[in-house]
Amino acid sequence: MKADLLDDEVIYPFDGGLHLPGHKAMSTDRPIASLPAPDRLVIPVLQHIGKAGEVLVSAGERVLKGQMLARPKHVISAAIHAPVSGVITDIGDYPVPHPSGLPAQCIVIENDHSDEWVERKPVGEDFHHMNSHSLRNIVRDAGIVGLGGAAFPSAVKQTEMDIATLIINGVECEPYITCDDMLMRERAMEVLTGADIIGHIIKARECIIAIEDNKPEAIAAMQAAVDEDGTGYFRVQAVPTKYPSGGEKQLIKVITGKEVPINGLPADIDILVHNVGTAYAIYNAIFKDEPLISRIVTVTGHGVKQPQNMEALIGAPICECTAAAGGYNDDVHQLIIGGPMMGFTVPSDDLPVIKATNCLLVTAQGETHPADQVQHSPCIRCALCVDVCPARLLPQQLYWYASSQNMERLLEHDLFDCIECGCCSYVCPSNIPLVQYYRFAKSEIWAKEEERKKADRARQRHERREARLLKQQQEREERMRKKREALKKKQAGNDGKADPKQDAIAAALARVQAKKQQRKLEPKNTDNLTAEQAALIAAVDKRRQQHNQQAAGVENDDKGVA
Amino acid sequence: MQFQQSVSPHITVDLQVQDVMRKVLLALLPGALLAIYYFGWGVLANIIIASSVCIVCEAAMLTLRHRPVKTTLFDLSALVTAVLLALALPPLAPWWLTTIASVFAIVVAKQLYGGLGFNLFNPAMVGYIVVMTSFPREMTYWTPPLGVADSWLSLGDTLRIMFGGADASAIDAVTMATPIDTLKTQLGLEIDIDSTRGSAQYGPLFGSLSGVGWQWINLAFLAGGVWLVKQKVADWRIPTAMLLTLGFIANIMAVVDYATYSSTLFHLLSGGTMLAAFFIATDPVSASTTPRGRWIYGAGIGALTYVIRTWGGYPDGIAFAVVLMNMAAPIIDYYTKPKTFGRQDS
Repeated sequence: MKADLLDDEVIYPFDGGLHLPGHKAMSTDRPIASLPAPDRLVIPVLQHIGKAGEVLVSAGERVLKGQMLARPKHVISAAIHAPVSGVITDIGDYPVPHPSGLPAQCIVIENDHSDEWVERKPVGEDFHHMNSHSLRNIVRDAGIVGLGGAAFPSAVKQTEMDIATLIINGVECEPYITCDDMLMRERAMEVLTGADIIGHIIKARECIIAIEDNKPEAIAAMQAAVDEDGTGYFRVQAVPTKYPSGGEKQLIKVITGKEVPINGLPADIDILVHNVGTAYAIYNAIFKDEPLISRIVTVTGHGVKQPQNMEALIGAPICECTAAAGGYNDDVHQLIIGGPMMGFTVPSDDLPVIKATNCLLVTAQGETHPADQVQHSPCIRCALCVDVCPARLLPQQLYWYASSQNMERLLEHDLFDCIECGCCSYVCPSNIPLVQYYRFAKSEIWAKEEERKKADRARQRHERREARLLKQQQEREERMRKKREALKKKQAGNDGKADPKQDAIAAALARVQAKKQQRKLEPKNTDNLTAEQAALIAAVDKRRQQHNQQAAGVENDDKGVA
Repeated sequence: MQFQQSVSPHITVDLQVQDVMRKVLLALLPGALLAIYYFGWGVLANIIIASSVCIVCEAAMLTLRHRPVKTTLFDLSALVTAVLLALALPPLAPWWLTTIASVFAIVVAKQLYGGLGFNLFNPAMVGYIVVMTSFPREMTYWTPPLGVADSWLSLGDTLRIMFGGADASAIDAVTMATPIDTLKTQLGLEIDIDSTRGSAQYGPLFGSLSGVGWQWINLAFLAGGVWLVKQKVADWRIPTAMLLTLGFIANIMAVVDYATYSSTLFHLLSGGTMLAAFFIATDPVSASTTPRGRWIYGAGIGALTYVIRTWGGYPDGIAFAVVLMNMAAPIIDYYTKPKTFGRQDS
């Protein structure tokens, strides 16, 4: 089927971008498999953008499949659920798939394999009669996050009402990844129903399902579902294959010709974008009352024997996924979570699958060419990077300013609009790991900003304290001044008259003086000594004198030695 | 199981600086071969002298600067500078002139600025300007192209002139001014273009398009340059802007007064126009790097070339035009920053 048969709408190209080798066919010739439930699952509490939820369970507790383990407490947060029934053996820090490589809080469940669900009450077709608010709450409580890779809590996005256009993103532009492609091929109707629910929540007037034209099967399957629906609400839109057209802002540009304003949201231009996987998860939440406890993962690359897609439970170990994909080849080299352009490597496969894990790319030796592994040559300012930058930045200038840590210029050149798509590094003839320079510069600026804020706070605190002290001192002086003035006034007023208080003071002083005088006249106890006592005292005085002289001599000797 | 770590993106296109430079050399080949065909042994000797000196200087400077010599030499950028310089110098230029130009290009203009990627000015053009301003007489040692002369100057005579074994009268006997230079001198004597082209002495120098030999050399550089642009090694905006501007101004001036101002075609296919447009102005290191900036940069070179050629003191103003615009490139870049995605009109 030729994809452009469907293109009756104009396509607006975005600047930059790349035509990358796809490597997609290797993982699409097998249907989506189902990874058997593992014996032990490690479920990170924070799997999404935003704050971690509040953990509702404790170690030793038995949980049922689908039971909520963590509840979103903040606005931008997501719930976590038990993917199996079983016993919680531990809640603590475990390694998680995150670029930082740092461990994070996880809930560990020992699977009892009884597959015992919590009570479920699916809404089903009734969703048409429900209001947006209650549907959004179901989405929120089902722990649904964007499954395209960013894992942003979906319900948060759906708070904007009366959006003109809902775009369901099935573009999947990164090489190797095929989980969205396979989902659309096999479960098109479910995806479409999920899109219908989202459209209902946000009251969208139209829904466009965007798919890259290198996925003719998915386009056909979705088109068949749209035809079956027959309402005219949905439209399948093939978009030209070009990386990164699956980026939210790029996709909006391609379909509508509009650019999401800087620091703005798609909602600002009346558009909302959700991934096809997210639509499917929302379908599951409404029609099966099933929270997000599994996802489709592409396990691919020349490092595994049977690349394929599989539905894996959240918390399942990555090594079981790769084992289910036939295990590793001998020349296995890297394990990348996500695609080769924006994914990150992990050192070990002893990590859990999480909601954001769309792809496990296991590469063979020589399959990847990371720019950071070789000594790069100097930038020759060829500006190939300028031609491919989808954000219309000047990567060569950003590189120049990042290496000289010129923060001012970096901000002037919109460093923070870099989406880290990697196009610039990909084309660089000098093999400069440009994205890494930008990440570093961004974190430096964040750190500086944080430091500045801290310093500002400290300075303000200091200034407030100084002001307080000054005020106190001024008040004190004011009080003293008033007192003195009052005293002066009083004295001035008393002139000529006898003050009884003053008289009393004078009298008391006179009494003290008299007493002192009297004490001087009394005999001392050394005045009347016997001769014997006098001689004794004289002898003691003489010894004391001698001793003092000796001590002085010793001190002098010491000094001489020294 | 342990896996190798790296940072994204984990794939890169298989293109190195070395590949870029190799393509530049390849694209220069047709023009260089025609230059040798028309001007003989001297061009070849220039290429050999300039290449040897440039490579030795580059290696020496890299050693002094404690930079990796082997890997950097293999980026071939010094060789590109050498060939560009050799093609710009007159075929009978004495060996020391070529050497001075090469040393200056590599040591001062390139390495003292920090090596490849850090030079503010195009090294070949700096070297050219140094000898052009210091040794103007030697810079006129052009031979009549094949077609005007019956045959190449013999290898022995060529080497005798280049290595100082010939006296001034012998040199005068075999050299001849270039068409651009000829027109300029004649115009200085108040002889208009048509009279010069019609004269028995200078007429044979001019071909149907521009100068004999020169026209085909320029067309060959144009062909190589177009290939280079198609290979995405050279930017298309700079040569387009430069040639359009040069052609546009030349056209207006020729329409105003065709007797004293050369035709558009003559300007586009004479001297170093095509070599400069595709191989020198497009040197990425010293050129502007923004899309809009490259239009301005190219147009600036085109305009300055015309101005210096027509009213300046030197026969071909390209080197000065390039270096002047090199100076302006950082400012052009700064003020032509593209509007970032999502940035509203401001």
